[in-house]
Amino acid sequence: MNLVDTLQFASGSLRGSLTRTLLMILAMSIGVAAVVVLTGLGEGARRYVVDQFSSLGTNLVIVFPGRTETAGIGPGMLIGQIPRELGLDDAQALLRSRAIARIAPLTVGSTQISRGALNREVVVLGSTADLIDIRHMSLSQGQFLPAGDIHSSESVCILGAKIKRELFGQEPVIGTWVRLGDRRFRVIGVMARQGESMGLNTDELVIVPVVSAHMLFNTSGLLRILVEAKSRDTVELAKRDAEEIMFERHNGERDVTVITQDAVLATFDRILRALTLAVGGIAAISLSVAGILIMNVMLISVSQRVKEIGLLKALGAPAIQIRNLFFAEAILLSGIGSLAGLILGQAGVMVIAKIYPSLPVSAPWWAVLAALGTSLGTGILFSVWPARRAARLDPVMALARS
Amino acid sequence: MIQLYQVSRSFTVGDQEVAALRNIDLSIAAGDYVSIMGPSGSGKSTLLNLIGLLDRPSSGTYKLDGGNVTALDDEQQAKVRSEKIGFVFQAFHLVPRLTAAMNIELPLILAGIPPAERKARVTQLLENYGLADRADHRPDQLSGGQRQRVAIARATSMHPAVLLADEPTGNLDQTTGKEVLNLLEQLVAQHVALIVVTHDPAIGGRAQRQLHMVDGQIISETGKFVGRATPAETKSRAEPDLR
Repeated sequence: MNLVDTLQFASGSLRGSLTRTLLMILAMSIGVAAVVVLTGLGEGARRYVVDQFSSLGTNLVIVFPGRTETAGIGPGMLIGQIPRELGLDDAQALLRSRAIARIAPLTVGSTQISRGALNREVVVLGSTADLIDIRHMSLSQGQFLPAGDIHSSESVCILGAKIKRELFGQEPVIGTWVRLGDRRFRVIGVMARQGESMGLNTDELVIVPVVSAHMLFNTSGLLRILVEAKSRDTVELAKRDAEEIMFERHNGERDVTVITQDAVLATFDRILRALTLAVGGIAAISLSVAGILIMNVMLISVSQRVKEIGLLKALGAPAIQIRNLFFAEAILLSGIGSLAGLILGQAGVMVIAKIYPSLPVSAPWWAVLAALGTSLGTGILFSVWPARRAARLDPVMALARS
Repeated sequence: MIQLYQVSRSFTVGDQEVAALRNIDLSIAAGDYVSIMGPSGSGKSTLLNLIGLLDRPSSGTYKLDGGNVTALDDEQQAKVRSEKIGFVFQAFHLVPRLTAAMNIELPLILAGIPPAERKARVTQLLENYGLADRADHRPDQLSGGQRQRVAIARATSMHPAVLLADEPTGNLDQTTGKEVLNLLEQLVAQHVALIVVTHDPAIGGRAQRQLHMVDGQIISETGKFVGRATPAETKSRAEPDLR
């Protein structure tokens, strides 16, 4: 009996009990669909985080004041001493490293913005001209902070898209003046709509030169310094250089923290991948349940078809052929089931993508393969026993049964 | 062609050994028409199953076409069954979900015969047995006689040397039963050894060789005593077993 005939005969007997077959296919496909959808979600979450991080800039190294080590409470903290702050000169000194392409110091405060009678609370970001390239931001009109002296305190500002809409509506905005706190700033540009990225909504920001921000908030420290390495290969070098330069400038004290974006990214990547695996694994359990269902139904099928099995034996089918027939049924069932599950799962993924457009849901290829493998595997594995049972039937007894 | 030497078959029921066949010696040639008659429980079906290789003797030797088939393993026996033996059952044993044509095709599929030849043989068989217009009918759409004709077509599809029929007319009325018997008897002319098990003397009487079985032994062939039982055994046979 060749393969085609075996498959044909098996599909014939599956069609013979259509309800049972459809139910088994349903169980199998739900299992596969669950794996596809859940791993798709996990993978989507991972890619979302990765995308968010890369939207912050590439080859980024971030320097911020203080050591974020949990080495207990230092003596300085007990007397209310805060870590030495990062200054503008620190930022500029970083450019001495050959590995560092450009930097953008950041300082943040919040104040009132007003134009005529309109006013609201805004977050003001003080930085320099390179910020726009390092953070991959874009303007919708006008220009960004003027390049040149980092210490210049021009009274110019760039408005976030939402601030612009609230204060100006459709009116022309470039060249007009707004009041920030107690100072007046000339609007030279408007940010493009970007939405939220890593908790910072650029649509509701006002960006001013870093020194202007210092004056506005009467401070001199920096929240952090964004450093862009020259290339991906020099990120680690840039990190070491930044640490050394700060060490030197701060009189031999290691009181800043330097992290690379890749390190943060890798951590998130690992966590979310593990999560995806865990969720996928739980879904795979439902697949093995479907496998047990297949075994159960196959056993019923064997006892219902005792006479037929006896007949096949009388007609000259050896035990191995009978076993193959039942195997073929299991393979067909789980094959069709996993295919249907795949379609169902992809449909589910598409629906989720429609509902949450910002989440890049898609089942990873390895999860799809694993789901198909598991369903075929369980289907075959759990049909071993029923198939052997059928193959071992005594033909005389089988035929005599009425 | 079929030779049985001292073949016995016993079953274990509970903790008792029950002998279904005792020291059977039998020889059947190609083209022989043999009927096996006897009361129920006399072992005639067991003998048929042994000849059909569906069962193995507890002791003794069975030679088919000169080869010792008792020595073969299950798979080899299945091959012999496929190539040399055809079965016709009282209950027809057609696969209910398959059409008449597909039921006839079944042994050919199992034997791995290529589709083109299968189709040709099935068409021929449907023609021969007057089932051409019933080819696509399922068993439940066929009459009893038609079903048994499908079963006979199926049994002969592999051109077997031996055809075993266990009460082939048992589920049929007298007229259809006769028709079916005529069909089976035509095969004898084609040099097939036909063995019919029946309890009906009217049917068994049509065979050239008529075997009578009692209590696991062949006691006579075509009226004359052939049993090898000693008088003591014959006596014990006549009396009910008191064990």
